[in-house]
Amino acid sequence: MAAYICSYPAVLFILCSFAVFVVADSQDATLISSHDATTANSPQTAAKTAEQTAEQPAVEERQWEATPQDSAEPGAEVPPEVPPVQPQPKDGFQEELVIRPLHSGDIYASFQFRTMWETDFMRGNKVSHYRLFPKSLGQVISKFSVRELHISFTQGYWRTMQWGQPFLPSPPGAELWVWFQDSVTDVDGTWKELTNVLSGIFCASLNFIDSTNTVQPSASFKPLGVANETDHRFLRYATLPREIVCTENLTPWKKLLPCGSKAGLAVLLKSEKLFHSSFHSQTVHIRPVCQDWQCKTTSWELRQTLNVVFDLHISGQGKREWSLFKMFSRTLTEACPLASSSKIYIDITDNPQGEQFELSPATTLLSQAVVLGDRRTFSVYDLTQQTTFGNMRSLNLLIRWKSTEGEMLRPLLHAERYVAGYGLQTGEIHTLMYNNHPYRSFPVLLLESVPWYLRLYIHTLTVTSKGKENKPSFIHYEPSKDRVRPHLLEMLIQLPPNSVTEVTVQFERALLKWTEYTPDPNHGYYVGSSVISALVPSIVAMDTNNTQERPLFSSFFPCKLESSYFVRIYTEPLLVNLPTPDFSMPYNVICLTCTVVAVGYGSLYNLLTRSFQIEEPSPGLAKRIANIIRKMRGVPPL
Amino acid sequence: MAAPLTLLLVVAVTIRAALFRSSLADLISERVEVVSPLTAWKRVVEGLALLDLGVSPYSGDVFHETPLIIYLFHFLVDYAEITFMLADVITAVALYISVKDYNKQVFRKQKYALEADRYPHDCHELIRSPKEMYYIPLKVAMFYLLNPFTILSCVAKSTCGLNNAVIALFILSMMKGNVLLSAIFLALATYQSIYPLTLCAPALLYLMQRQYIPMNFRRFSFWWFIAQFAFMYVGSLFVIICLSFFLLGSWDYLPSVYGFILSVPDLTPNIGLFWYFFAEMFEHFRLFFLCVFQINVFFYTIPLSVKLKEHPVFLIFMQLAVISIFKSYPTVGDIALYLAFLPVWSHLHRCETVCFYELSDIVSAAESECFLYYFLLQS
Repeated sequence: MAAYICSYPAVLFILCSFAVFVVADSQDATLISSHDATTANSPQTAAKTAEQTAEQPAVEERQWEATPQDSAEPGAEVPPEVPPVQPQPKDGFQEELVIRPLHSGDIYASFQFRTMWETDFMRGNKVSHYRLFPKSLGQVISKFSVRELHISFTQGYWRTMQWGQPFLPSPPGAELWVWFQDSVTDVDGTWKELTNVLSGIFCASLNFIDSTNTVQPSASFKPLGVANETDHRFLRYATLPREIVCTENLTPWKKLLPCGSKAGLAVLLKSEKLFHSSFHSQTVHIRPVCQDWQCKTTSWELRQTLNVVFDLHISGQGKREWSLFKMFSRTLTEACPLASSSKIYIDITDNPQGEQFELSPATTLLSQAVVLGDRRTFSVYDLTQQTTFGNMRSLNLLIRWKSTEGEMLRPLLHAERYVAGYGLQTGEIHTLMYNNHPYRSFPVLLLESVPWYLRLYIHTLTVTSKGKENKPSFIHYEPSKDRVRPHLLEMLIQLPPNSVTEVTVQFERALLKWTEYTPDPNHGYYVGSSVISALVPSIVAMDTNNTQERPLFSSFFPCKLESSYFVRIYTEPLLVNLPTPDFSMPYNVICLTCTVVAVGYGSLYNLLTRSFQIEEPSPGLAKRIANIIRKMRGVPPL
Repeated sequence: MAAPLTLLLVVAVTIRAALFRSSLADLISERVEVVSPLTAWKRVVEGLALLDLGVSPYSGDVFHETPLIIYLFHFLVDYAEITFMLADVITAVALYISVKDYNKQVFRKQKYALEADRYPHDCHELIRSPKEMYYIPLKVAMFYLLNPFTILSCVAKSTCGLNNAVIALFILSMMKGNVLLSAIFLALATYQSIYPLTLCAPALLYLMQRQYIPMNFRRFSFWWFIAQFAFMYVGSLFVIICLSFFLLGSWDYLPSVYGFILSVPDLTPNIGLFWYFFAEMFEHFRLFFLCVFQINVFFYTIPLSVKLKEHPVFLIFMQLAVISIFKSYPTVGDIALYLAFLPVWSHLHRCETVCFYELSDIVSAAESECFLYYFLLQS
């Protein structure tokens, strides 16, 4: 009996140590691979650094191969390195939640769910056995020969100046961009079918995407996954700024997750709280990624992210205190059993000694990462560990603010857009781009897609920085065709340091046909957000004193290759009024016009067919009697 | 007569130059009564800018001018103001000379008719005297140059001025009896906008009468003349169209220019009949009404030429009036051209009892159009 009692804790101890060993193992596996990642380690940023302007194609491959397949960072307390021994599974699922308290008291939560699957949708063998990867998306990829698919549904506008940069930017409304495989012959037809199918999968009105709001950007949207060549004939990009996101879109999105909304982090995704926020964005990204260093095999990565910003004043009593229960009205009880890693990261960079806010329950796990050019420190909660949940078997993180001091680091790139002018005949679109870096200038790629009914005049395009003209080095302009395609304007502009660059272009508003107006034409018409893509110099490397400490041969150039990160910024969508005819008067208008035509026709007809005869005026009675008498007499009349 | 004409030209050019230098020039070139999507100067500049960017101007839906205009303004874009003033001057001088010739012929015909005693006795008020007819050409030039519509059209740099110049040159060469030149200018005018095609009929009538060819369907000389004119006209049109192809290397301009004129996709408000009608109409009937409206312009040619075969110049006047009222994108520049002909028939004003009312109608319609447009679109 005693032996039994003694052996039980021993067995438990052995099991725990084994569990710790396994966890440390997986961390080391990622540790080794991430040690070599000298560039930004977070996969989003690494993926974004892989996206280039046209000048550096060779670097892309090297940077992409360096990134690991998950989101781990070098752990602060690291067990001795052990090479991985277990075989890699064919598919895997990881989930994580990043919570970043913002300076204004709001809180930013970003969920990321990643499913990786080593399979080939493209070759003849039909894939039929789906485990973690959702079948609907797998069938979409194979049927429409999709190489990359990126779709986002966003409610609200991301305020860069108050909230900093998001991990994954998205424009208000719905955005869809797709790279097709080279084997597709009719890209437009495939695009149309794809949008309709996706509209059914996500319960969104993506079927409104047609040729009048689809463009083919030539430079701004390069593939985010592995790509052999980038012929932009196979790229399609469309936005629907008017699209509203609601529970109907969240439910099918949650269904794509392996655990659904029953276990793991997805338990927190309850719509009554999620939509009671300042900003809500859910995205799906599908792309092929490399399995290993040599990139001999590729696997498909499905990444679902949900970004939400909770407002201090809307969702609380104004007390600066956040908890998982307050944000999501749920707490966590377990990790998703199908997940190989399930973690929560809280950004504590601005709170190193705990003077700004207090985090409970406390955790000793820490990790550091260079995210968006900034070195951030995170407290980590590992949900695969039972100890995280404590005695209550539930985890309710609490963040209590103590002081409100502290300044947010100003984002280096920031943009605004507005419509100027008066009346319903003409107008001007102004796009302002702010470069807040003190001494570095960098180029940005601006993409504007304007609907056809706002006729742009490209000869009125002016780009000014600091009051002087700044000529773009590359302009790609595709004029619109009425009722067929929109305008596409892409420009590469060099932004001087610490300046505002203003891009203005004039347009003319068109009068549409009666049936082309929406039922609420006086609401206005939306113009989709402009997209600004740039490689921004990183703050981490913004250290001008480092020339003192290094050997001279390495410190000549002021920047390293990895000291810039890719960022994509979306401006506000515009709401523009169009001139409307009088909708109550079609019959009157037709009558009026036909009257003019009839008057013209009538008078000309008269002129042409009337013949004139000379007629003597009829004489008076006396004269007539006299004429009768004269006629009888045979004498000529009077 | 050269001195008063020169004085008139100087005055006209001064007025236009003064308006070009003022701030009104920008305001006027935005007005939809003066410019249309076919003739706006802003669109010409846009087309040239697209060409500089390496994009075909016809790939979008902003530029609807013919390639010869691109070719012309590629070199003259810096001298645009002088070009348009010169076009107005050429039109006025061409009209002056042609009306002078016409007056000579009319007076000669009248003299013969008087000697043959063909006029009844109580219409001597309608018989024109040389003294009256002496100032008519100058009046015609004045009516054209000092017409506010023409001045607005010139200051707005609307290419309607160039179209009017071509039509005036056609009328001049027709009056002089030059068959080849009139065919060439008529082909050029048709190439610019399709509607001057209807001026073939009065041209044929006038030229045949001038060459004393009897207008009898059974005569060989009648058909032979028509064949000659048709050959010259169609030939020069073909040459001009092929030249336009070689300019940009594609046939894109055909749907962009002629397809645009005929199918009226752009519903920008203008002083014509088409835009509001097609804005408010159901899609189902669109093609039908489009055909009806377009046929309306060409439809009056044959009946009018049958009725007015003795008066081909009056027929030209009527035809120009019909075109400028019923065409798809009219502007005030088109109106100015036919209004210039009014002094030629000033002897008929005795019969016209409603001239004053017509004039005030035009003025009040123009005024109310301006402020109604303001209420529709600017406020």
